[in-house]
Amino acid sequence: MSRELELEKQYIRFTDRKGRFLWLLALATLLLGVLGLALGPSSISLNDLAALFTSGGDELHRGIVMQIRLPRVLAGIVSGIALSVSGVVMQSVLRNPLGSPFTLGISNAAAFGAAVAVIVFGAGSMHSSSSDAVMIANPYVVTLSAFFWSLIACFLILLVAKHKGATPENMILTGIIASSLFTALTTAIQYLADDVQLAAIVFWTFGDLSKGGWHELLLQVIILLPVMIYFYRNRWNYNALDAGDETARSLGVNIGRLRLTGMILASLATAAVVSFYGIIAFVGLVVPHMVRRVIGSDERFLIPGAALAGAAFMVGCDIVARTVIAPMVLPVGILTSVIGAPLFILLLIKGRGGAQWK
Amino acid sequence: MIRLSGVQFAYNGFPVIKGITHSFAKGSFTALLGPNGSGKSTLLRLINGILMPQSGEAAVMDRHTGSYSAREMARHMAYVPQTQYNTFPATVFDTVLLGRNPYISWSPAKDDRRITAEILVKLGLDDIALKDINQLSGGQRQQVFIARALAQQPSVMLLDEPTANLDLRHQHEILRLLKELSESGITVLAAIHDLNLALKYCNEFMILDNGQVRAEGGTEIFDEKLIEEVYRVRIKIFRDGGEMFILPVEPV
Repeated sequence: MSRELELEKQYIRFTDRKGRFLWLLALATLLLGVLGLALGPSSISLNDLAALFTSGGDELHRGIVMQIRLPRVLAGIVSGIALSVSGVVMQSVLRNPLGSPFTLGISNAAAFGAAVAVIVFGAGSMHSSSSDAVMIANPYVVTLSAFFWSLIACFLILLVAKHKGATPENMILTGIIASSLFTALTTAIQYLADDVQLAAIVFWTFGDLSKGGWHELLLQVIILLPVMIYFYRNRWNYNALDAGDETARSLGVNIGRLRLTGMILASLATAAVVSFYGIIAFVGLVVPHMVRRVIGSDERFLIPGAALAGAAFMVGCDIVARTVIAPMVLPVGILTSVIGAPLFILLLIKGRGGAQWK
Repeated sequence: MIRLSGVQFAYNGFPVIKGITHSFAKGSFTALLGPNGSGKSTLLRLINGILMPQSGEAAVMDRHTGSYSAREMARHMAYVPQTQYNTFPATVFDTVLLGRNPYISWSPAKDDRRITAEILVKLGLDDIALKDINQLSGGQRQQVFIARALAQQPSVMLLDEPTANLDLRHQHEILRLLKELSESGITVLAAIHDLNLALKYCNEFMILDNGQVRAEGGTEIFDEKLIEEVYRVRIKIFRDGGEMFILPVEPV
């Protein structure tokens, strides 16, 4: 065998290993998904679960699974994919390992939007449901307002990009400024709110997968599917961008357009999640880095890897959130931060002497 | 192959390239010479279409550089910038395979991998093919970047100080490789600081001073007075057989 052929085969074996890791992640997501359907305040055995999808099974179980747990597990999968892949894309287009949906202030803008809806549109009148959970009276107004303000944050970034260029420095700085600005505005609104409104605003900021249902899921999939396809389609261009702007340009990448479109679509994907479920932090930051550690930063594998790992991470966190102090259900946003933050520090400490993130 | 007609460019109103007219022939290996700030890097960017001339015209294969899409340009011309750092780790094979980007529509084909493997073997980089590029020595990295440029199968290769930060051996190895490439028909343009290296390996020279061409042609353009004026350094020129050497004496 010629040396060239041998090298090619060696490379194929190298990439096949990454492919196998993706299958492993897919399997983990599937198993966690099934576990997510079975576990909860009322546990359903795997046999009963299988019966639901084959011969009909118990009506009560059917109701729990189809109306509560399945949409919740799917919400975890969809949100995990959207936030993690957005993180990967933002890290790539910003050429900064700290890039994530939150670096640009998108979630803070969404929180501000929710606060505006509660105060201005009166979406904050609350009542207790039968399960004694706090509900926001008019969730769609809150969602729409959160989404609208997420896009405002996105347009702020675009405005700076248009005038000063879409450089990584400009983007990160604008993100920090937008975060601070929207946090300050939210604080100001909270200061002016009465007790009920204040509780409603705080409630919204808890990232919680139970806020959505089938309709919300459908809407999210309609928004996210073309965005994810676009990201995967450009995986080679993101690889080129990792090598630097001038190199990427000389490799045939329209860097201005790639960076701008990437930022807009990643913001849109983030907005499509946080507007429905509230703030879910750290997924977009931690998951891409965990996957990078295992299969490297080749976006061909990193994008699907982060999507699968993000889905598994979210579903896993949600299972813990539902079972750790059952029957009380914690918002998943608390778990992603409580698990994500130490994980990120661990990744930093265990990083290969900085060589990882040059 | 490359034609510049009255090319001018200014950064924020500060003129950097002041009306350069020149043609680079196919298969030539041209050294762009001149002190820091003379406009070498800017000229390379103008030729590659990263920058557009504010007046005059830069044309590659009789087409205005502005009429090429980035992808189209990348099939004709490869550019190796002066400093490159990957934000995230990448293997040597993946880095070189990236040179196939202008040809890849959805996923790299078998041919792309074959071309990459052939280049790696040709340049003797096959043993480090699966190593992280950020962990290589400067000389090896530069070889990998040239390999990536070759994977573009370009007819023109532009390099901005390809021997910067390299030890003596690697400086010679890189320039010898570029000379071989030019002999195989690729037009090579490299901004170079070391005059002796340029004299040893290049067959065309363009000396820039303050955004203008001070001299262009073969080794006959070098004389002590010209170099002293351009570089503000007194030099002595020695000849040994067919070769020419420049010894810097002191700044003037």
